[in-house]
Amino acid sequence: MTLIAVLILYFLSTLCYVLYFAIQKEHFQKTGFILILIGFVIHGGQTLMAFVQTGEMPAQNLHQTLSIAALSLSGVFLILRSRLNLKILGTFAAPLVTIIMIAAVKFPDVAVASGNIFKSIWLTGHIITIFIGEAAFSLAFGAGVLYLIQEHAIKTKKHGYFFKRLPSLELIDQTGYLCIIVGFTAITIGLATGMVYAKMIWGRFWSWDPKEVWSGISWLLYAVLLHERLTVGWRGRRSAIMAIIGFIVLLFTFFGVNMLLEGHHGKFTTW
Amino acid sequence: MTEIVLLGLNHKTAPVALREQLAFSGEEVHLALDILREIETLKETILISTCNRMEILFTTEEPDNCVSSVLSTISDFKSISLEQFEKSIYVYQGDEAVSHIFKVAASLDSMVLGEPQILGQVKDAYRVATEKKISGVILNRLLHRTFNVAKRIRSETGIGDSAVSISYAAVELARKIFGNLDEKKVLLVGAGEMAELAVEHLIRNKVEKIFVANRTFERAVSLSKRFHGEALKFEEIIPSLEHVDIIVSSTGAPGFIIKKEDVKKILKSRRSRSLFFIDIAVPRDIDPDINKLSNAYVYDIDDLKNVIDENLEERQKEALKAERIVDEAVIRFREWIDSLHVVPTIIALKNRLNDLAEGEFGKTLQHLKHLSEEDANAIHKMTDALINKILHDPIQLLKNSGDHRNVSMYLDFTRTLFRLDE
Repeated sequence: MTLIAVLILYFLSTLCYVLYFAIQKEHFQKTGFILILIGFVIHGGQTLMAFVQTGEMPAQNLHQTLSIAALSLSGVFLILRSRLNLKILGTFAAPLVTIIMIAAVKFPDVAVASGNIFKSIWLTGHIITIFIGEAAFSLAFGAGVLYLIQEHAIKTKKHGYFFKRLPSLELIDQTGYLCIIVGFTAITIGLATGMVYAKMIWGRFWSWDPKEVWSGISWLLYAVLLHERLTVGWRGRRSAIMAIIGFIVLLFTFFGVNMLLEGHHGKFTTW
Repeated sequence: MTEIVLLGLNHKTAPVALREQLAFSGEEVHLALDILREIETLKETILISTCNRMEILFTTEEPDNCVSSVLSTISDFKSISLEQFEKSIYVYQGDEAVSHIFKVAASLDSMVLGEPQILGQVKDAYRVATEKKISGVILNRLLHRTFNVAKRIRSETGIGDSAVSISYAAVELARKIFGNLDEKKVLLVGAGEMAELAVEHLIRNKVEKIFVANRTFERAVSLSKRFHGEALKFEEIIPSLEHVDIIVSSTGAPGFIIKKEDVKKILKSRRSRSLFFIDIAVPRDIDPDINKLSNAYVYDIDDLKNVIDENLEERQKEALKAERIVDEAVIRFREWIDSLHVVPTIIALKNRLNDLAEGEFGKTLQHLKHLSEEDANAIHKMTDALINKILHDPIQLLKNSGDHRNVSMYLDFTRTLFRLDE
C-alpha cells in the first residue's frame, strides 16, 4: 500500500515536470520537486523499516531491487538538484523514477531464503553505494542526452522546440560531469566493499564471475572518461556520448548479466 | 455621457515623411497640451508621440465636435493642412479606444512586435499629462490599467522573449552555449555598427574582458578605450583564441582570417572549452567549416537573420494570446466606466448604508429582548429616516454637480469613500 502511495506521488511529480517542460511555468517545477521529495521521504521510511525489521537490505528479489533503485535515483536527484540550477533534470529523473517504481510494483515481492550471510555491514554498504552510483550514472546519461539534443540544435542552427526549453550547454555539461564524479566515487566504494564481502564469504576478492567482469568493464569506462576529461579536456559532445555508452554497459551489467549470463547476483533479480 | 476617444496615426497608416511632420518633441508636447486644454468640449487628455506614432487620447461629452476641434488644433500647431493628414488618421471611441491604448502599450501595435521601448514612452507621456494636471480620474484609471495590462502580457506571454535583432540574437546564442557570461572573454575583430552593438550587449551581460583587434592598430586602440578593453595586433588574433571565448568578427577582408586548422590546434590547447564565432562580415571572416569542430560554433549574418525570422514568427503566435488578455481587460474597464454613472452609484450608496444599519439594528435588538414589536418597528423607522437625512445632500450633489468636469471625480470619490466597489 505504501509503495502505491509513493508511486502516485512520483507519478504526480512526473506530471508536474512534464507540464513545466511544455508550458515553462515555474510553479509546476516547484510542485514537482516537493512531490518527489515527499515520495522520497515516505519511500525511504518504508525501506528503512524493512531494513530494521530484518537486519538485511531489502534487495533480495527484483521487486525490492527495483524499489531500491527508484529510491536511490530520487534521492540522488534531490541532492543534485538542490546544489545545481538545472531545473530541467527533473523532467528526466521523475519519469525514470516513476517507470522503475511501476516495474517494482508490478513484480511480486517473492519470499527469499535469508540467512546470516546477508547480515553484514559490508554487504549493506555495498548495496547502498552501488545503487547511489547507478542512480548518479543514470542522471549523467540523462544529461548526456540533453546535451546532444541542445548541441544539435545549436550546430544545425535549427532552433526548435527544445532550444528554448533546454539550458546552456555548459550547465548541462557540468551537471553531467558532477553526476559522473558522484557516481564514480560511489561505484568505487561499492566495488571495494563488495570485494571485501566476497573475501569474507567466498575467501577471495575476485572470482571472474560475469557480474564482476562487467562491473569491472563499466568501472573502467567511467575511469577513462574521467581521466580524459581531467587530462586532455574531454568535454561536451564526447563526454556526453561516453556517459551514454557507459550507462548502457551499466544497464547490461545490472540486468543483462543476471538474465543472460549466470552469476552470483542472479537471485536478486528473481521474480 | 463622457466618452473616451483616441485619435492618431502610426507606421501602418502614415508614411515616414508625414510621421516626421506630425511628431511632437518633448517641448512641443507641453505646448500642445496647453492649447488642447483650451478646447471647451475636451476634458482630459494625453499626447503620445514617438517616431512610429502620434496618439491623442481624450475624454469628452461630445465626441464628434471634439475630434474636429482636436484635428484643427493639430493642423494649426503643425502648420499642415487637414487634407494632408486626414486620411492617415484613425479615430476610436469607447471600448475600441481602450483596446487600442492597451495594444499600443503592450507593443502589439508596434513595428517590431513586442519591442519594449513603447511602454516607457507611454509612461513618459502620461507623466507629462499628470504634471500638467490635464489627465483626470478616467484617464488616470485607464493608464494605470494600461500599464498593468502591458506588464501582464509581458510576463504571461512570450511576446518579448526571443531576440529580434542581430546583436540580441548573438548574445542569446552565447548564453545558450556558455550559460553565465561573466567569466567569458570577448574578441572583437574589425569594426562596424552591428559588431559594436553586439559587443555592447555582451558587456551589458557582464563579460569579463574585451579584446579588440584591427588591421590598423590605432583604430584597435581607440575602440578598446571605448569598451575599456585591450587592443591586440592583427597577428595576435590566432594566439589569442587560446583564452578568449566569444569572437565577434566584422572586417572588410576578402578571405577568411580564421581558418579551420588554426582553431583545431587551439581547441586542443584550450582543453576543448567552447569557442563561439559570430561572423557579421560580408564576405565572411570565419571559415564556416569551423562549425564542424566539436565545441566550436560559428554563426554568420544569414544564420542570425534566420534565427530572428523564427523568433518573429514565435512572437506572432504569442500576440494571439496577448489579444485575449486585452479583450478581457477592456471588458473590466467597461464595467468600471459604467459604474461611474450617477444612478448606479446612488443605488449602491443607499444599499451600503442600509446594510450597515440592518446589521447594527439586529445587534442592538438582541440585547433589548424586552422591546415589543411596535418599539422595534419605531427604531427601524428611525434608522431609515437617519439614512435618508444623511444621504440627502450627497445625493443632491451627485445629481446636480453643476460643473460637468467634476462628475466622474465625485462619483469615483464617493465609490472610494464608501467602498462601493468591494
